Amino acid sequence: MINLLIILILFGVSVAILQMVKIYDLTQGVNKDSSQIANDKDNSRNGYLMLAFLGFIYLITIISFVLWGDLPLVSNSASEHGPRIDRLMVITMVVIFIVQTITQFLLHYFAFKYKGERGKKALFYADNDKLEFIWTIVPVIVLAGLIMYGLFTWNDIMIIDEEEDPLVVELYAQQFNWKARYAGQDNVLGKANVRLINIDNANILGLDESDPNAQDDVITTELHLPVGKPILFKMRSQDVLHSAYMPHFRAQMNCVPGMITQFSFTPTVTTEEMRINPEIYDKVANINKIRNEKSKALQANGEEPLDRYEFDYLLLCNKICGKSHYNMQMKIIVESEEDFKNWFNEQKLFKNSLVQN
Amino acid sequence: MSAHTENHIHHHHKETFVTKYIFSQDHKMIAKQYLITGLIMGIIGILMSLLMRMQIAWPEKPNIIFKALLGKWAEEGVMDADIYLALVTIHGTIMVFFVLTAGLSGTFSNLLIPLQIGARDMASGFLNMVSYWLFFLSSVIMVISFFVEAGPAAAGWTIYPPLSALPLAQGGSGAGMTLWLVSMAIFIASSLLGSLNYIVTVLNLRTKGMSMTRLPLTIWAFFVTAIIGVVSFPVLLSAALLLIMDRSFGTSFFLSDIFIQGEVLHYQGGSPVLFEHLFWFLGHPEVYIVLLPALGITSEVIATNSRKPIFGYRAMVASIIAIAFLSTIVWGHHMFVTGMNPFLGSVFTFTTLLIAIPSAVKAFNYITTLWKGNLQFNPGMLFSIGLVSTFITGGLTGIVLGDSALDINVHDTYFVVAHFHLVMGISALYGLFAGVYHWFPKMFGRMLNKNLGYIHFWVTAVCAYGVFFPMHFIGMAGLPRRYYTNSNFPLFDDTQNVQVLITVFALVAGLVQLVFLYNFIHSIFYGQKTVQNPWKSNTLEWTAPIKHMHGNWDGEIPHVHRWAYDYSKPGYEDDFVPQNTPLKKGEEELQH
Repeated sequence: MINLLIILILFGVSVAILQMVKIYDLTQGVNKDSSQIANDKDNSRNGYLMLAFLGFIYLITIISFVLWGDLPLVSNSASEHGPRIDRLMVITMVVIFIVQTITQFLLHYFAFKYKGERGKKALFYADNDKLEFIWTIVPVIVLAGLIMYGLFTWNDIMIIDEEEDPLVVELYAQQFNWKARYAGQDNVLGKANVRLINIDNANILGLDESDPNAQDDVITTELHLPVGKPILFKMRSQDVLHSAYMPHFRAQMNCVPGMITQFSFTPTVTTEEMRINPEIYDKVANINKIRNEKSKALQANGEEPLDRYEFDYLLLCNKICGKSHYNMQMKIIVESEEDFKNWFNEQKLFKNSLVQN
Repeated sequence: MSAHTENHIHHHHKETFVTKYIFSQDHKMIAKQYLITGLIMGIIGILMSLLMRMQIAWPEKPNIIFKALLGKWAEEGVMDADIYLALVTIHGTIMVFFVLTAGLSGTFSNLLIPLQIGARDMASGFLNMVSYWLFFLSSVIMVISFFVEAGPAAAGWTIYPPLSALPLAQGGSGAGMTLWLVSMAIFIASSLLGSLNYIVTVLNLRTKGMSMTRLPLTIWAFFVTAIIGVVSFPVLLSAALLLIMDRSFGTSFFLSDIFIQGEVLHYQGGSPVLFEHLFWFLGHPEVYIVLLPALGITSEVIATNSRKPIFGYRAMVASIIAIAFLSTIVWGHHMFVTGMNPFLGSVFTFTTLLIAIPSAVKAFNYITTLWKGNLQFNPGMLFSIGLVSTFITGGLTGIVLGDSALDINVHDTYFVVAHFHLVMGISALYGLFAGVYHWFPKMFGRMLNKNLGYIHFWVTAVCAYGVFFPMHFIGMAGLPRRYYTNSNFPLFDDTQNVQVLITVFALVAGLVQLVFLYNFIHSIFYGQKTVQNPWKSNTLEWTAPIKHMHGNWDGEIPHVHRWAYDYSKPGYEDDFVPQNTPLKKGEEELQH
């Protein structure tokens, strides 16, 4: 499909270039007036091209929606606040789409309609306060609505309600991997600072070994979350800026060395449930089809085929952080409270994870 | 209005090659120097983007082009991950600062301010010359930084510390970053000298009759741009200086609590977020430093080629000023998810969406200017209409990014890349091209070939949409920008097709710029000779003789009797009335 599209485009472009060069040659030959100022013929030709270009803009819009309309993350969010962001996104997109369609039409249609002709005179029309007022006030009203909606949503997401007794989890970033630290039984994270890092006894996150709150902390390389429970993430970085981006949960916050940032959300869909969601299922099937084709090509070259893809939530680094930025990720597993507890109980507590020399 | 004394023109000392072409103090020559340096930097910048696009579309495949161009950074033809980030960084820096700030604003402010306000030259020809040569020096340093052993700066054009501060974190943060900072410091000095000169010139050297309300919109745009530059560039300079201190003298302005490669560093108490604030205090106004001159050029080119007054002159001026003011209080929208207080996020959402209003007014005014015009599709006009189109498309998605709640999920994805490339990259580039096509006759006394211009525009226009329109979709799919390859994320495998398509469009767009380059160079020497006022324009630059001379006008400077937009005015046979034409008896000047 895509190859066909590319061939078509290349073909179209080369035809366009050839045609234009031909036109160019003709004008050189026939028309001895080689003035480089646009004449009626140029105006007419470019006027029609303006109209064609309007068609092209609409066409690429339609093609994009048909071919790639299922890519955007505007449905199937996996967090409580996700649908609100998605709804706002869809509303904003609809507004944008309408304004885009109308203004591009006016711009290109006027360009076509009023293409110049020798002897014609333009309308001397320099000002109209009423019109200016209209197109100041209409954007004001539309934007005011969007701003209000956006600000309410933003505040709901960002203002963290400690009363809800969220599960506290630290996301710890370093070049080029992630760690998660759970606060344990007491739900209070032990004090930590990178100055306390001691590789020799495996205190890799710099926890204060004498802090009682730190003893039952749990450090993991996979992020497990119980479904339906509010999670309060505390972000920390040991070296450069990173950004904890969890697209399926509509969540993102930078990790800044020297300070602790935070973000909170409640996961609502377990990994297992998400895998059988029809849209996600189709998406995964499509991805595996693509991977299969690639694997065939790889095997033909005597290389290893690609693994089969299975859906998982991901935490990605989304702030440029150095050479392996492109591969800084952690798997997120959302599971039932019970599964989470079972998994958690298997993990080593901080006090037991230290190596005693 | 300053009545101008006529003493400049009596210089009769002979000009040498050096004073005429190299250390020239004539604003027209300096404009050409800016343009040509900017174009050379532009070629480098665009080439870098093509290399990046090829890497993203066909990762891990040995590529003979990489091998040829990147040398040790692409042994066996496979691009190194660090050099990818360096390309990202230097492409951004070069395009934003060296091409679209210096190349665009530097060229046309220099060329047009004295000519359109009726001055013999800039207020200080000497400072103007120094400004250019500082720009030249900074360009050379930026290019040299590519040949540093450990690689050029690679922390993104925003050079956020600690990544940019610690050579331990990234090879490019060593000598490469030092050169980057030095180059930018010199660049800022150049930009400030230029801006001060523009402001002083516009305020003091207008010819008789050229009141502020009669200024062409180009001049308004350049004037306000210069003011934004003077207000915001020094802040970037201070950020750069503090970063140099952190890097080389052990201070902790931006750094704190860092453990890297097995050791704790001594830094304590600083904050990278402080750097982000300082950076974006310039960084956001910079968008308008890039864009406003392009819009100014567009206003002039659209009015002239529509044979109609620009619609809503007062509203246009007001929106330029409103945009300039708002641009200095929206920088936080780049920082919604940096850990900044959420309340600040709300404030910046509010101010950011406000800026959409003057932008919308401008777009509607351009469209209305076309209405019932007599449109002359010269290449400059096409690029101007193209600018309005991409400005709308790119500007609209700003409503998504400016909304803090929505930004959470598209921040730093390809959606952002698509947005800002359309709204400021492509738009400003179109502004640059429109300016070159329109004022080439003024600069070089010859015309650019229009048919090659048409090919250049239409192929570029199709490719620009082809590249950036689909890019929104992969951004909304959650694909982060600045990834060397996406093959470690099977999740994004279904976006790879789109990446390939985008790259194909980008390569075609890159190729067609060669048509422009050929046209440009060929026409300087062999182009058709121009007449004095080829576009039948009202502004003063077309009353000056074709052949360049020190002092711009032989004899007296023309006096101005009307605004710049009396096109197709009833009562006149011609469809244009130059600004130096006295009002007829009983003729009213439009109340604007």
